[in-house]
Amino acid sequence: MSERDAGRGGAAAGAEPAAGASRLRSKDLLGIAELTADEIRLVLDTAEAMKEIGERPIKKVPTLRGRTVVNLFFEPSTRTRTSFEVAEKRLSADSLNITVAGSSVVKGETLADTALNLEAMAPDLIVLRHPSSGASHLLARICRAGVINAGDGMHEHPTQALLDALTIRERKGRIAGLTVVIVGDLLHSRVLRSNVRLLTALGADVRVAAPATLMPPGIERFGVRALTSIDAAVDGADVIMMLRIQRERMHGGFLPSLREYFTVFGLTAERLRLAAPDVIVMHPGPMNRGVEIASDVADGPHSVILHQVANGVAVRMAVLYLLAGGVDHEATA
Amino acid sequence: MKRLLKGGRVVDPAGGRDGAFDVLIEDGRIARVGRDLPAGDAVVLPVPAGCIVCPGLIDMHVHLREPGQEHKETVATGAAAAVAGGFTAVACMPNTTPVNDNAGVTAYMRQKAAEAGLARVYPIGAVSKGSAGEELADIGELHAAGCVAISDDGRPVATALLMRRALEYAEMFGMPVIDHCEDPSLKGEGVAHEGYHASLLGLRGIPNASEEIIVHRDIVLAGLTGAAFHVAHMSARGSLDAVRYGKARGVRVTCEVTPHHFVLTDEALARPVPYDTNVKMNPPLCEAEDRDAMLQGIADGTIDAIATDHAPHHADEKNVEFDRAPFGIVGLETAVPLVFDRLVHPGHITLRRMVELLSTNPARILRVPGGTLAEGAPADITILAPDLTVSVAAARLRSKSRNTPFDGWRLRGGVAATIVGGRTVWVNDGMAALGA
Repeated sequence: MSERDAGRGGAAAGAEPAAGASRLRSKDLLGIAELTADEIRLVLDTAEAMKEIGERPIKKVPTLRGRTVVNLFFEPSTRTRTSFEVAEKRLSADSLNITVAGSSVVKGETLADTALNLEAMAPDLIVLRHPSSGASHLLARICRAGVINAGDGMHEHPTQALLDALTIRERKGRIAGLTVVIVGDLLHSRVLRSNVRLLTALGADVRVAAPATLMPPGIERFGVRALTSIDAAVDGADVIMMLRIQRERMHGGFLPSLREYFTVFGLTAERLRLAAPDVIVMHPGPMNRGVEIASDVADGPHSVILHQVANGVAVRMAVLYLLAGGVDHEATA
Repeated sequence: MKRLLKGGRVVDPAGGRDGAFDVLIEDGRIARVGRDLPAGDAVVLPVPAGCIVCPGLIDMHVHLREPGQEHKETVATGAAAAVAGGFTAVACMPNTTPVNDNAGVTAYMRQKAAEAGLARVYPIGAVSKGSAGEELADIGELHAAGCVAISDDGRPVATALLMRRALEYAEMFGMPVIDHCEDPSLKGEGVAHEGYHASLLGLRGIPNASEEIIVHRDIVLAGLTGAAFHVAHMSARGSLDAVRYGKARGVRVTCEVTPHHFVLTDEALARPVPYDTNVKMNPPLCEAEDRDAMLQGIADGTIDAIATDHAPHHADEKNVEFDRAPFGIVGLETAVPLVFDRLVHPGHITLRRMVELLSTNPARILRVPGGTLAEGAPADITILAPDLTVSVAAARLRSKSRNTPFDGWRLRGGVAATIVGGRTVWVNDGMAALGA
């Protein structure tokens, strides 16, 4: 275990030579934290190639034929699960969906036992969505199969950050030097954590904005500028990412009301004018129109929200390919 | 039967002794301490060169899990772990199942300890019935049954009023109130110290203020009542400031710190193993500034005691998602090596101070026998081996549980032998002569 863990946990940026990566070092994708900048670029470049498959009349290649991928979801998710499923089908993998309702945990089977049971079926990859931060680390320590983190608690959602980066790169031609603003419930957001790691690793200037009650303690050490004013944050921004505000945050006393949130932090057409003229607006979904984002902004010319969804499939195909069918995969030769 | 510990360096702060002395044990008590005592008809136990003879170490904060959670630990396995760690006595917290809130449970624990015949076990009774934070437990009966303090450990004493009443009432029996200081509303669903590392890993935070607020509250109440309050497992630097403030004003406040809080920081959440549930404890591992403050408090005398908060949990309970794992780690068998390696050898404290923290002061705070090598005292003696190399191996712990973050650590300093009531109850491999 220690040997496998040795390569993890370091900063993402700059550890690898400039020559570029041709494969991922780990059997797992647990977070952006475990990737080098070159590995991030490798996934993005591979995803670009995968996009072409989705544009063909017959959207299927035999790359992962005979490989088994388990989609193990402990949280409801339509978008991410569907996106992985489409990606798996396009690569001809045999995929298996296991959706564990919250109540099954109460029945007593632990994640460790679930993992061992799955392992007995010898899957090549397990895609895990789980409400606990670090759940994919636990699974990866137990399983021989590769583990793809499809969102763990408040920790990371690496494929979301990768599809966001792919979208930015397509629209802007680069990531380095861009001013990217992330606004919303930063405290509880795994999308924030993955995106901050990825964007800072690739050289973006990242600003974040949230009410003080939803600001992660210690965020100043994340390598970002943290603000409590959306107006100051979006000033001159090239990219604005809006995060979802969950209704249950009112009960935790984090916010007085959704209406007030929209007044103080909502992205309106007026606020958008403070940004760069060619700003793009992103949202990982699902959106709350009229809470974090005005409808005319979500549907407006700057919005790339639906492109993000399309890129989600390509990025997940790339990750599946690199982990299960990629080059230099001697274990399955 | 007489036994003579010959040739060691005796460190006994209570008796003001530090030097080459022999210790004569007779009928389970210290008969004499002096230079070059004649053996006479005593069995001579030669103390290995470089070893320290000190009053038996007392861990004033352990969880022995019996009755009710015997899959984690029993009084017998906990006592075995204690003596292997150099402790001749432990004080065990009442959060068993059922809670030790009545004389029957206290008597049961003491019976189990007598059957084990290893370390002395001093039960700590509950402050409130069921530790539910509402009505006072039968504190007088608990005292009569053998409890040495009261605490609702595992949770804080629920309200300021209950704490006030507990202090006033327990004082009649000469018992301190030990509080697990934590504001439940600030702790919320927190699982790790609130700060950079928890934020990065997406773990819900517990701010230092959660502990500091209750330490402040209780110091004010100890001042109000004139009774004795002891801070359990202090972790936050602001709590230490509060204790300094209380002591300076003559409030009867004492405090303890655990080895993990003066050795580890919240960086251990991320490295070497991310989300290792063996670094999940309550209070959580804090920041380097807090750890450094604990070192300072240990060195300057503000901190009275080192206690382990030995909290065994079954491997299955810990092999889960971080936020679902129970809080706590075992500590009895790693405390002495950590104190030597991290406090004594680096020069933070002297050997004399080490013995004060682990023996003299716990005995004084709990008003239990021991903590001294005075003639007539029980012959509870720990023989320390300051230069022994200890390789911590979780699989070889005497405790029933293995939940330690120190597995695989190599530390300098350990225990040569543990003597309770004149009887050698544990001796390190290779020092068999001490077991005669």
